[in-house]
Amino acid sequence: MPDSPRSTRPAPPPEPVAVTLTVNGAERTLKIAPWTSLLDALRLHLDLTGTKKGCDHGQCGACTVLVDGRRINACLTLAVMQEGRSVTTVEGLARGDALHPLQEAFIACDALQCGYCTPGQLCSAAGLLAEGKARSDDDIRELMSGNICRCGAYPGIVAAIRSVMNRRATDGDAP
Amino acid sequence: MRPFRYARAAHLDDAIAAGSESGTAFVAGGTNLFDLMKADVLRPDTLVDVSRLPLDTIDDTPDGGLRLGALARNADTAYDPRVQSRYPMLARAILAGASPQLRNMATNGGNLMQRTRCYYFYDTATPCNKRAPGSGCGAIGGVNRIHAILGASPSCIAVHPSDLCVALAALAATVRVTGPDGERTVPFAAFHRLPGDTPERDTTLEPGELITAIDLPPQGFAAHSTYLKVRDRASYAFALVSVAAALDIDGGTIREARLALGGVAHKPWRDSGAEAALAGKPATPATFAEAAGIVLRDARAHDHNAFKIGLARRAIVRALTEAAGGKHP
Repeated sequence: MPDSPRSTRPAPPPEPVAVTLTVNGAERTLKIAPWTSLLDALRLHLDLTGTKKGCDHGQCGACTVLVDGRRINACLTLAVMQEGRSVTTVEGLARGDALHPLQEAFIACDALQCGYCTPGQLCSAAGLLAEGKARSDDDIRELMSGNICRCGAYPGIVAAIRSVMNRRATDGDAP
Repeated sequence: MRPFRYARAAHLDDAIAAGSESGTAFVAGGTNLFDLMKADVLRPDTLVDVSRLPLDTIDDTPDGGLRLGALARNADTAYDPRVQSRYPMLARAILAGASPQLRNMATNGGNLMQRTRCYYFYDTATPCNKRAPGSGCGAIGGVNRIHAILGASPSCIAVHPSDLCVALAALAATVRVTGPDGERTVPFAAFHRLPGDTPERDTTLEPGELITAIDLPPQGFAAHSTYLKVRDRASYAFALVSVAAALDIDGGTIREARLALGGVAHKPWRDSGAEAALAGKPATPATFAEAAGIVLRDARAHDHNAFKIGLARRAIVRALTEAAGGKHP
């Protein structure tokens, strides 16, 4: 492609496309404009407003979700590009009334103040645990660097993730 | 984002045919493209999604090197055991860039194609010869703390933002490309361009050409190499200056050296003159300082980035010292 595609053609008319995603375990089919981000599809079309829009440019991490188990920024991908994949949002972390161990730990460690970044922090932390690369608190800080908390709850966030890592190491399996 | 048409390519041939149309852009990870489309800097009217083409593997090559699929994710590349053991400088460079979420999305080919983070390129209210050819350069005479000290032109002083590419330059990788006229290979040093009077072109790719793989030669300098990144924050920031340094040392004498810098020029800045000057010399701080002097002999500062020249000098010496010591902190 040329480096700067700046077309002079008129914009095409909106043509909705069918997209099927498995969201928090349930298959969902949407008819949406192709330029709908995964974030907007979740929030505006599936009413899953737990996933937050912060910067909408991949800088803050508030929109972090898991796609096929891997954490990504939902604002920087199109819903249509994720066709057929499995998406887990913060609403899908708990099992009924049983909170995910990370959610329990965030409460126990006072890992939030206003809470706006928390859904992204939780999904990012779930991705971090699944990746299994973090060993030390410094590793946790580095591997959570894509999630900004403007309240500055970082010490609590690191402690919460550390406590779940410690428990998993002791229990020997994933909760 | 402005409306656009979307098509998912099922085969490489389909992608190439569709990608040759004007106003069309390829998308794979999308992390930089959607950012720029939201900022209204790029306005493609058709996106060809190549992300599901079977170009996402990492394979050993018969010569003892490694072929990185263009669509292998940055995270999967950095954590591949062969990359970690044979090309640790590359793994370090990748993990020094972006965030875990972005590295899970971004592809190797896309990393080569990412655009500068020059604030004037992003701000459509300001002139920028790269975004709007002929409109002028907002950075020259503007705020230019993050800008180039080497290889700039009166048209553009933007820098290439990649970490991965700096390591690929030092490793002398080869870029494999497929386009309307078939396949070709591009030496890494010839892939990115200096701005000259056509800064709108970042690379030597032709319209419709798609990166399919990046080949690493067998020599990975695993014993004596490092990637040093200096930035404003401890993490998740672009480099002010970065250095990929690799040495082949025999009994304290440098047999072969590789040296490339990021954050200082419109392309990853490999200096083969400095590499040649290192060869045959003792691996000492004096030798490294001499090499730094060669790299920076033509460095030129703008109003706010003179600090980069001294910073680059110290970063080169430190990176070469760490590489010589076999340190992988």
